[in-house]
Amino acid sequence: MSEHRPRAYGILAEFESPERLLAAVEQTRAEGYRQINAYTPFPVEGLPEALGFRRTSVPLITLIGGVLGALGGFFMQYWMAVISFPENFGGRPLNSWPAFIPVTFEMTVLSASIFAVVGMLALNKLPMPHHPLFNAPRFALASRDRFFLCIGAQDPKFDRERTAQFLWTLGAHDVTEVEDA
Amino acid sequence: MSAGQPIKPISPERRPAPFLGPGHTFATVTDKISAIVLSRPTALGWLLGFGISFSIVMVLFGSLAYLFAKGVGIWGINIPVGWGFAIVNFVWWIGIGHAGTLISAILLLLNQQWRTSINRFAEAMTLFAVACAGIFPLIHTGRPWYAFWMFPYPNTMGIWPQFRSPLIWDVFAVSTYFTVSLMFWFIGLLPDLATLRDRTTSRAKQFIYGMLAMGWRGSARHWQRYQMAYLLLAGLATPLVVSVHTVVSFDFAVAIVPGWHTTIFPPYFVAGAIYSGFAMVLTIAIPLRAVYGLEDFITMRHLDNMAKVMLATGLIVAYGYFMEFFMAFYSGNRFELALVGNRLGGPCRYVFYSLILCNILVPQLLWFRKVRHNVLALFLLSLVINVGMWLERFVIIVVSLTRDFMTSAWGMYRPTFWDWSTFLGTLGLFTMFVYLFIRFLPVISIAEMRELVAQTSEEGK
Repeated sequence: MSEHRPRAYGILAEFESPERLLAAVEQTRAEGYRQINAYTPFPVEGLPEALGFRRTSVPLITLIGGVLGALGGFFMQYWMAVISFPENFGGRPLNSWPAFIPVTFEMTVLSASIFAVVGMLALNKLPMPHHPLFNAPRFALASRDRFFLCIGAQDPKFDRERTAQFLWTLGAHDVTEVEDA
Repeated sequence: MSAGQPIKPISPERRPAPFLGPGHTFATVTDKISAIVLSRPTALGWLLGFGISFSIVMVLFGSLAYLFAKGVGIWGINIPVGWGFAIVNFVWWIGIGHAGTLISAILLLLNQQWRTSINRFAEAMTLFAVACAGIFPLIHTGRPWYAFWMFPYPNTMGIWPQFRSPLIWDVFAVSTYFTVSLMFWFIGLLPDLATLRDRTTSRAKQFIYGMLAMGWRGSARHWQRYQMAYLLLAGLATPLVVSVHTVVSFDFAVAIVPGWHTTIFPPYFVAGAIYSGFAMVLTIAIPLRAVYGLEDFITMRHLDNMAKVMLATGLIVAYGYFMEFFMAFYSGNRFELALVGNRLGGPCRYVFYSLILCNILVPQLLWFRKVRHNVLALFLLSLVINVGMWLERFVIIVVSLTRDFMTSAWGMYRPTFWDWSTFLGTLGLFTMFVYLFIRFLPVISIAEMRELVAQTSEEGK
């Protein structure tokens, strides 16, 4: 790769609207760049697909959480009422499963929700209070009204000068290099 | 969202009023909402309101301290009325919470754009209401320091909770509800916390909001997972919210007390919960939009929609009351008939009449568009419905318990000073949380408002 001294994280281009960003992403992909990511103040429709992201595994994680919660919830009650502490309450069967359904349901929802949230955060590698992108002075606008496209320094096609020039041609409002610190 | 089919344009005069005032951009919605937290000086009115609420919280602490010292005998409860104000307040508060989840989860799944500007504080209201609700079952146990016995933990006594009891279902339902609501709310807040982090100039705020935002940077990959997780949470919260008040109604419906033992309770409790919850959302939203100038975001159309939801759920509740009476006559069950007599002519009959007035008669004004578009009238109506729903729980719980099967076991219930002070105290706790929330967190979801700006500007093209 290139031999510049302060190691670069990537080159960041700023756009003024989601439409311009989407167009830029498509051109960047067409140009052959692969280590690209976009940063937007709200989820832009069609952006993950334009960036070539595959579907997320959050639904699968949530399903696993739900199944574990359902089984764990039911068999917790079964074990407690039938095996650990069998007691005749008013002649009801020990495994009075209809009465166990509400708690099973609540445990299913609780477990699935925790898996969904923790799974999403873990896949996103959050919490991560510091990130190289926060070094870019205008990046704070990514949470207000600006749309950013970043080409990573790891990209095989990455070249400091040529990548920056390329981003300027896409109609960027601003292009800066981001240091990896 | 566009599926590619051609859609005929609606003529401008037939188009409904927008959910967002004109002329807003990504920057203006961000600046306006974050300014409430970041740059607006703490107003005298806020300090006054917070101070009053805080003083009332001290009343709550005082009442609880006296309760822990003396026991539940300081309340008006007795045998037969073992469940007095504590359970009335519990059911009332938890019902109020339901509107928040309904707005944030069900309206999200139904793709209702108008939820956007009200979901944040409605969810906050849910959390605060459930926190207030949670106090009551805890303290009504008499020995609240043993409340953890309700959770299944391995203990030296070698016993487990009774999972066939609705009261244990309640423990699981309410704690799950609180946890899921908290996660839903916090996840919704993440992008906005990042906005606050990026917008503030104070080092301390940068640090605090930065830590809470967990390093959110709006990455497209993150948004993709985030949206999926948020949608799934909404899907999970929807049956959850229905289950919570259903389980609460089981606390009554599974018992054999006349007035409790009815199959209509689950749907009618859920409808009542949404009814009172929307009333509370209006009670908060109307002053909020006036004080902070949020009329562009919480528009008349929002208030109108909420009023319509109240009207619809209010009619379901009215149907519930009617069915209870109808079933008493249809079944001919003498205890159910006696209950009808007790409600209409018993010692607490004026409570029942007030309930009918507050929950059924007065809200019929919502049929009129003029009323739905009169902010003051809506505010007063929301207060009336809040009172009415509290009275409903009083009628269900106390009036049913005073007179059951045997006349020799009849009794009477009179709330004491401590009943009232504890209830008042939780009202103070609720408003105190609301004041803190308004001051330190964005009351409207900024990220979703930006999305709304993008959607409405697309529609305008």
